[in-house]
Order: sequence, then C-alpha cells, then structure tokens
Amino acid sequence: MNTSYKRRTFIKASTLTGGGLLLGVNFMSSCKEDVKPPVDVANLNFKDFNAFLKISPEGYVTIFSPNPEIGQGVKTSMPMIIAEELDVPWEKVHVVQGKLDNENYQRQVAGGSQSIRHGWDPLRKTGATAKQMLIQAAANKWEVDASDCTASGGVISNKAGDKLNYGEVVTEAASLEVPEEVTLKDPKDYTIIGTDVSNVDIDEIVVGKPLFGLDYKVAGMAYASVMRPPAFGNKLASYDDSAARSISGVQDVVQIGDKIAVVADNTWTAIKGKNALKAIWTIDTKGESTSDHDRILNGLLDKGKMEVFREDGNVEKAFADADEILERTYDSPFLPHNCLEPMNFFASVTAEKIKLVGPIQTPARTAQTIAKDLGRDISEVDLEMTRMGGGFGRRLYGDFASEAAAISNEVKKPIQVVFTREDDMTDGIYRPALKYRFKAGIKDGKLTAYHLKEAGVNANMYGLIPNFFPAGAVENYKVEGAKHTSNITIGAWRAPFTNFLASAEQSFFDELSEVMGVDPIQMRLDLLDNVKGTDDERIQYSAERMQEVIKLAVAKSGWGKQASGVHQGFVAYYCHNTHVAQVANVEMEDGKPVVKKVVCAVDCGIVVNPLGALNQIEGGIVDGVGHALYGDFGFENGVPTAKNFDKYRLIRMKEAPVVETHFVQNNLSPTGLGEPSLPPAGGAIANAIAKATGKRLYKQPYINSELLG
Amino acid sequence: MPSYKLSINGESKTVEASEDTPILWVLRDQLNLVGTKYGCGIAQCGACTIHMDGNPIRSCQLTVAQVEDKKITTIEGLSADGSHPVQEAWKKIDVPQCGYCQAGQIMTAAALLDNNPSPSDTEIKNAMNGNICRCGTYNRILNAVKEAASTLS
Repeated sequence: MNTSYKRRTFIKASTLTGGGLLLGVNFMSSCKEDVKPPVDVANLNFKDFNAFLKISPEGYVTIFSPNPEIGQGVKTSMPMIIAEELDVPWEKVHVVQGKLDNENYQRQVAGGSQSIRHGWDPLRKTGATAKQMLIQAAANKWEVDASDCTASGGVISNKAGDKLNYGEVVTEAASLEVPEEVTLKDPKDYTIIGTDVSNVDIDEIVVGKPLFGLDYKVAGMAYASVMRPPAFGNKLASYDDSAARSISGVQDVVQIGDKIAVVADNTWTAIKGKNALKAIWTIDTKGESTSDHDRILNGLLDKGKMEVFREDGNVEKAFADADEILERTYDSPFLPHNCLEPMNFFASVTAEKIKLVGPIQTPARTAQTIAKDLGRDISEVDLEMTRMGGGFGRRLYGDFASEAAAISNEVKKPIQVVFTREDDMTDGIYRPALKYRFKAGIKDGKLTAYHLKEAGVNANMYGLIPNFFPAGAVENYKVEGAKHTSNITIGAWRAPFTNFLASAEQSFFDELSEVMGVDPIQMRLDLLDNVKGTDDERIQYSAERMQEVIKLAVAKSGWGKQASGVHQGFVAYYCHNTHVAQVANVEMEDGKPVVKKVVCAVDCGIVVNPLGALNQIEGGIVDGVGHALYGDFGFENGVPTAKNFDKYRLIRMKEAPVVETHFVQNNLSPTGLGEPSLPPAGGAIANAIAKATGKRLYKQPYINSELLG
Repeated sequence: MPSYKLSINGESKTVEASEDTPILWVLRDQLNLVGTKYGCGIAQCGACTIHMDGNPIRSCQLTVAQVEDKKITTIEGLSADGSHPVQEAWKKIDVPQCGYCQAGQIMTAAALLDNNPSPSDTEIKNAMNGNICRCGTYNRILNAVKEAASTLS
C-alpha cells in the first residue's frame, strides 16, 4: 500500500528588492532551469511555483499558502509544516492565500483530501532549505563552518555563543546557492507539528470581516441574479423582461445561453428583477422523475449490462457451492451540496483584462475555461481566491464563475453573480443517486464469495474503489457497475461514491455477521488477517493499520460494555489514504432511535494540527450522519423536489451526536482528513439502530423509514 | 426611492432603498457591513442573525422600513475589538471550519446569554437550533457557549 507521496521538489531563491529572501517551491512538476521567484511579492508567479516563503529583514515569515481554504484547515496546517522545519516561532509566521495569475497554471486545488499528503515532503524541504541557507549566511558572516552553527526559534548561534536573528542574514542568504540536500527534523523534535494551532483566520471570522466571495465589493459594481431553467432538459424559448426593467435599480437584462441575467444596483433589486421575468420554456430532453430512476436503476441491477471493475476467482461457482447466500440492495438519493455560502462570483471583463474574484476549488481550470470561452489569452486573466463558505465538491465546478464572466462581458461592467438558495439547490451538480446490491456466499462458516453491483445515474465508482476492502480478503470477488445517462448534472460530493457505498457496505457486513452468528468486529479482524502479507499491489488499504484502528475504536467506545438501553453499531473504512473505525451509540427515546454519540478512531499518520484535525473528523461524522438521516431530494419531471431549508432538512444542533476522536500514534507520513470520517458514519448509525430496533435500514434518508419518521 | 434613518451599532445612517428591502441586504450592499450573511432568505438557517433592541432576529425577514426606529447591532458592533465573551470563547475553543455561519451563531449565543447567563445544555440547544452549521461544528459551538457562560459568572 502506498501512503507516502514522493516527487521531486524544486526550490529556487530570489533576493527581494528592499531586502529579504523569497523562496519559490514547485512540488507538482519540474521547474525550468532559468526560472526564479520574482523580486517583488506583488508579482508572485504561481505559473512556475506552487508556494512561496518570504523572510523579511525583520525576521517575519510570510507563507503564501498554496491550496484554497474551504474550511478544511490547510491554510493553517500547511504553513505549520514549513514553520517547523524553518524553526521559527509560529507567532512570527503570517499566512497569505496565494493568488492565481499567469500562463501555465500549476495544480492549485482543494479536493480529494490530498493537500497535506502531497505537501508533506515539499513543505518540510522548503522550510529546511531556507534554514540551511540562513545558517550558511550566518556562518559566512562569522567566517566559520556552517556545521559549527545551529538554528532554533528564528536565531542562529555558533560555538562561540554569537547569535544572529534570521532577519539579519536573510538578504545574504537569498544570494546563496540553494542546497540540493537538506536534513529534516526527527518527529520527536517537533515543537509546532503535533501541537494545537487555531484557525489562522479566526480573529477575522468572529468579528465579521469580509472574507468570503459574497463579501467582495468594489465601487461601481453591479449585481446579477439569474433565472434558470425550472426543469432539467428545458430550453429557453422566449422571455419578457418589461416588468423586470421597470423596477427602479434594474440596469439591464441579458440572455446567457438558456439563462436570463438581471443586472441591478444591489442584490435585492437583482433578485426582484429576476422574479419579475416571464419566460417560456420548451422541453428539449424529457424531464426525469425519481420514480423513473428507481425503476431504471433496479432494472440495471437486475439485468443491466455491467462493466466489470475487478474480478478475482469465480463468484458464480462459489455461490453455487455456498451453504447460504445473503443478498441485499441499498438505495440513496441525489444530494445537493448546500454550502452555506451560496454560489457566487465576481467578474470584471474589460478590453485589457479579465479580473475574477471569488470562492473556487479549481482556480486554474476555471481561469482557463473562461479565457477560452471569451476568446481571450490566459495572460489577461487575473483570478483571486477568497475564503469559501464551504465547498464539499460543489466549488470544483466553475460554472458560476463562467456565468459571471459571460454577464460582465455582455453588459461591460463589473458584476457579481449571486445565487439565491433556491438557485443553488435547484441548479446543482448533485451527488448522483446510486443503488448497491451486495451478494455474499457463506461456506463452512466462512465468507467465500462477494459480489457487488452498482447502478448509478450518470456515473460509476472510480478505479481505486474496487481495490478497497474487502478486495483481497475474499477469494471470489467481483465488483461491477452500470449507469443510466441522464440530463441531470451530477458531480463530486464530499467523498464521492464512498459517501454512500461505505454505509451500504458496512451495513451489509453487519447483517452478514448476524446471519453467520459471529461478532461483527471479530469477523472483520479475521477477514483482514487474510490480507496481511499480500503481494497484490492493487490493494489500496493496509490490513494492519485497519486492525489497529478497529482495536482502538473498540477500546475507546466500551464496545460490549454498555448499560442496557445503549445500542452500538460498528464500522471500519479506508478511503482517501486514511483508515477509520467508528462505534455509534443509539438509545430509544419515545419509541424512536436517537443517535447520542460516535466514537471514532483514526490512523492518518502524523497529526499535523490536532485541533484542526478533530474539527475535520467531527464535521465529517456530523455531515455523514446528517445526510444519512435527513437528506431527502429527488426530481419530478426534471424539477427538483426541494429548493430551500423549509422542505430540505439539514442536521441541526439538537440532532448532532457527540463525537469523540482518538488518533493512532505513529510517525507515518500524514494523510488527509477532509473526507475519510464521513463515508461510514451512516452505516454506524444504521447498525446501531438495527441493534436497538431489530430492523435494518436499506434506504437513505433513514428519516423516511417507519423506524424513525 | 424612499430614505430611511437607521441606528446601526450606535451610529446613525441614512440609506435610500425600496421599502421592501430586507435589512440584511441594506447592511451588506449599502452599508458595507458584510459580517451578517445570506444563507437562505427564509429564516431557516440563522446566518443573517442580528440584534434588534437587544433581541436576536433574522435580518432576511425584517425590512428596512420595519427597523427604522430600532436599535440594530450587527456582528461588527458586538464589541469594539472581538473581545465580547462569546467571541473570546469562540477563539479559545477554535470553533469555525469554513466560518460562514459563525457570525450568526455568535449573535444568537450573545443574545441568549444576555437573557440567560447560565443556560443548561438543553436551553442552549433550543436557542441555537435555528442556526445551521453545514460544516458540523455544533459540538464546539455548544462548548463555546458554555465556556462564555462560565466567564460571565
């Protein structure tokens, strides 16, 4: 299993005009020989580098944070890594969100829980490189050997006891050759990594400073509210904007593809203008309904032509030989993302340049798309990323940025597109509806065959997933899938596919253990024994690490030792390079099962920022539990069945379980936390509810079941 | 366009707006006080919470005309420098993830503690239940409200 991510890191140095050192680091692709960081931080060339480290003559360190911040904490944790190896006090470190401007963009993305995993080696190397250059500069000044000097807390010392602050030698350091080899710290010497560090933006968040895309304002800007097709499959035939135009403050109305944008002095007027539009829509492709999807996906599971994703042994023969077979089908709905900050983007398109500002998880691709759409050169595009009020995958797609650019281009003024909650929920790029059918064969008390079929709207699981557990643990194993092509737009939603597959799979294993008359945890540990020492390189997870995290969850949750009336459900899952195990506690209140607590054990290697890490784990579990319980969404002739929080239920404080998290302590390279705790959480509560009520749940949202509703 | 004289964070402000404009949008678009957030527009998420004469209200529901002679406090006016006990508790507990809902959460919590300086867990949850946190920081919010309450006693 490959956890560590190794790639050559390229570091270059420049002396800043006015003094100071600027290191540019490129860890995603190779650096051209002659490329250097700029001499002014106003011109950071993210085309050539992913991140920058500046040290001023006053000893202040600025880290230009490479990856967009969506609430996952990397704007805090990535700089912590640099500060550790650079050996400066954390208080002297200032973090700035990197801008994106220029030609061939490097990969600056938030998604897939990969920021820390990819950044671990390069960021450490960057800090250590800067430190070594500073030591060398001090050694040169003292005319001693660098090996006779040490650095700590921003101060360099020599054997004679002389001291120099980093700031005092920073300009000399900048002109030195960048060392190829540097020594990294031993984890036991860490003073920053592994300590609790607060969110770097917290002071600004609690006083309401303008941080988010929707908060961005410039003098003279206008606001746009866009009328969108009411049903998927609709086309715009014609519209009447006379009522909209008569509203005081409405500046213009323009058509953008199949949408109509009202441009106004302020957001409220733009929304009023949009509501006053009269549009005629035609059906271009038939609007689909949830009942259609249900029927079609069931049909695919029953007899659809499937694509095989992985096949070991011979499941059909094993089923024929089996003593007992268990087959179960699990259902999930489409889900909107519902970032609390609705989609929005600012664009100012002029003859000279295109200025874009807003919340986006994929700034590079978005800028390129807009340049191409408007027939402009990428060098004319300037994109500034704001903090995001949630991403969850929705902001990977720059459709809203393209909208803003198109409108600005039409009306020739700077505008901000604002989605209402209704726009956001109905013009979505949804988590697709998926069904899973599991079939297990048992012979002589052992699991001998495992067959998983997936039926999805517009998508099937990505290639790594068939190599997650139980691949390698069952001799006869087959995973296959089919999809229905639909006009409903779907896309990535926090922990794509695993966000439902894990719940379904973990529920299935729980029921399987019951049918086999074995303890679900012992069954899991035994299956994992089958995988130990495997030479199958396709296997993604580690049996040892999974067993360890299960044992930790068991120990911390008091599994099997609860008072009567406390029912526990167990799950264990690997995804996004991290292993988790969870135990959910459910109690009956007024005849209904209530989720009280989830204990989670996590192996993510070194925990860079425990305070931030805990927030991610808890958030993922609340997210997973909340959507499994309440997320109810569908379509009626292409029209979404809910469009705001009066009809669509998100989990609230009274329903959120207490979460207790425990990390496996090891010094392995860190892996991500943005997604891993979410996927199995729905399964944990389903398994606990099964204990509490004697009944199994097969369809999300669980609130629609008679057990809970 | 009619003109309205408003009292916002102790300052007198005059704005021109259509009568039906929710005070939320006047604050954000005309007074440049963007701390108060838009999340749903139908008083379901709480991101727009402000204080009106000391009481927590959803600013997406009251119009500029309806608040003309009231004392309005927004997150920007809760303290001069982020030192309100609720804000301090939020920092101590490191509550936020994305941070978008937090101004509304803080305003609801501050109003609760003004009325009830030592609420029970149940009272806190009842008061805060109208504020959605999509990132799921509810446990930390609860702990932060309790922390703030403990500093008041």
